[in-house]
Amino acid sequence: MKQKLKVTLLTGRTIEQGVGKEAGKATEKYFDSTTMCYMDSGDMKKLGIKSNTNILVTTPNGAVVLRAIKYPRGAMPGMIYIPYGPWANSIVSNETTSIGMPSFKGTPAEVEPAPDKSVLTLKELVKNQFGK
Amino acid sequence: MSIVKAVTCPVCGCLCDDIELTIADGKIVQVKNGCAMCETKFLEYISEHRIKTPLIRKEGKLVPVSYEEAIHKSAEILANSNYPILYGWSSTDSEAQRIGVELAEEVGGILDNTAVVCHGPSILGVQEVGIPTATLGQIRHRADLIIYWGCDPWSAHPRHLERYTAFTDGRFESSEWKSYLNKIKASIGMKKLASAARRSGIKQKCEPTAEDLCVEKPPETLNREGRNLIVFDVRKSMTAQMADYFVQVLPGKDYEVMQAIRALVKDEELDVDQVGGVPVEYLEEIVDLLINCKFGVIFFGMGLTQSAGKFRNIEVAISLIKDLNARTKFVIMPMRGHFNVTGANTVFTWQSGYPYAVDFSLGFPQYNPGETSSVDILLRKESDAALIIASDPASNFPRKAVEHLVKNPLIVIDPHMNVTSMVGDIMIPSAIVGIEKAGTAYRMDHVPLPLKKVVEPPEGILSDEEILHRILKEVKNIKSKSMEAN
Repeated sequence: MKQKLKVTLLTGRTIEQGVGKEAGKATEKYFDSTTMCYMDSGDMKKLGIKSNTNILVTTPNGAVVLRAIKYPRGAMPGMIYIPYGPWANSIVSNETTSIGMPSFKGTPAEVEPAPDKSVLTLKELVKNQFGK
Repeated sequence: MSIVKAVTCPVCGCLCDDIELTIADGKIVQVKNGCAMCETKFLEYISEHRIKTPLIRKEGKLVPVSYEEAIHKSAEILANSNYPILYGWSSTDSEAQRIGVELAEEVGGILDNTAVVCHGPSILGVQEVGIPTATLGQIRHRADLIIYWGCDPWSAHPRHLERYTAFTDGRFESSEWKSYLNKIKASIGMKKLASAARRSGIKQKCEPTAEDLCVEKPPETLNREGRNLIVFDVRKSMTAQMADYFVQVLPGKDYEVMQAIRALVKDEELDVDQVGGVPVEYLEEIVDLLINCKFGVIFFGMGLTQSAGKFRNIEVAISLIKDLNARTKFVIMPMRGHFNVTGANTVFTWQSGYPYAVDFSLGFPQYNPGETSSVDILLRKESDAALIIASDPASNFPRKAVEHLVKNPLIVIDPHMNVTSMVGDIMIPSAIVGIEKAGTAYRMDHVPLPLKKVVEPPEGILSDEEILHRILKEVKNIKSKSMEAN
């Protein structure tokens, strides 16, 4: 049985995602910067994966394949960090806690290695989700 | 070739107004003083992703049409819908936002801006307890203690530190850039020593794991003269790496940590060893720093507004500032994201009384985030059409909300092809505000700044303001005709 790791999903900004969004949502820069997932090096060891291995991130709201990247600064055990974008938002919590703001940080998630699965392109993701 | 100086950058809430552009053959060829995002925006404004003509979805495919057809069709959709959402507004000028308010009132829809998924909770917090704040200029000249809580300006507002806080020379406080460079040199030295030790076989401490994750003791250097930079975050962000002191808070525990600091500021004792992963003895040292500074500031971001507690986190942060103001001088400011989201809140408030999530469906403005906010309306599947301008909710809303957005007629006004325009039914291209259209934008500290027009838009491309003006005119025509018919 494949090993799964329970984590807390955080989504947010990175400078690469910022540059990507300004360059254009259909650019390679945007794709590369929003289809990655920062993980703690200790957590990656537990799953037996290295940087650039594909992982499947599952939450109660969906599942998405992303590239795991070792977080380069300090430890963040039990947390994963995905830059804002359509991939992250396909799995974040809808819960607006009655104030209008979805819970973009703090969604419980599970991570498992998925080296045989590929990351969907923007067109594939949009087609899969919205049929357009 | 010509050089345009003092251009305002239309990317983030910093609105840096010292950008220098070189224009050759009607195109921007060089950008000076800008950050990576600014350079990308100014140099790649004309790309293959730019939409050159209006598009309408016919038989499942987006096909080119005239502006007249796209505007007429959009006006028809809005005039005939019962509960349309008019969302976005944060990356356009206040002149366009003003027409947006009139259009929303005319069609009896929901007027909402990107603050709803950004600093909406901050606005709710401010409405609960008020806000002691300042302009970025005052902070630049006077602040000697700068705190970033739950935000990473190095990534999201790259020039915030160099223009307004730790790395700028103010009238009364100096830049800490040199001491930061010395710190980097020292850390490179430490790494070399560690690498030499590794090669010689001396056993090193392993990388930290969950068990030994701990906040470091506040360094002695915090007591020196000059500006101090402290970062509170759940992970060591780029800004945290540059800080004089980084406090790693457990995810979702910011509220507890701030309440603990409030208690300590009021000289109360805490009967626990740690709060939110931070030892109380370190919090006591932090509180000493807070009380003994001359002018302190807390900047906060999505780490507070999107985590558990949301607007309660902001409420307690502002209350902490109030408490601190009994002991010294402190201010607080949200790190606003889009370059004119502050403008959207300001214009909406000035025109309707409310900053976002304004519901005009009963003919007068109502405001109740959680009920009249766009994500909730979409999740409850109540809207029957949408006009999205200068934003990309299909990228930034949770998937379930976007599913309903896509099911109904969707009008998109944007210069570029983005995810929302990919799934939209009508796509109206517009000129880029701040590059091809002059206007006004509000900086994160509510200072309005002029945006310049530096090049001409592609031939035939209209501005957001003009497009909205024409849609509004057309909506009024359609409505008056249907009233006559009745």
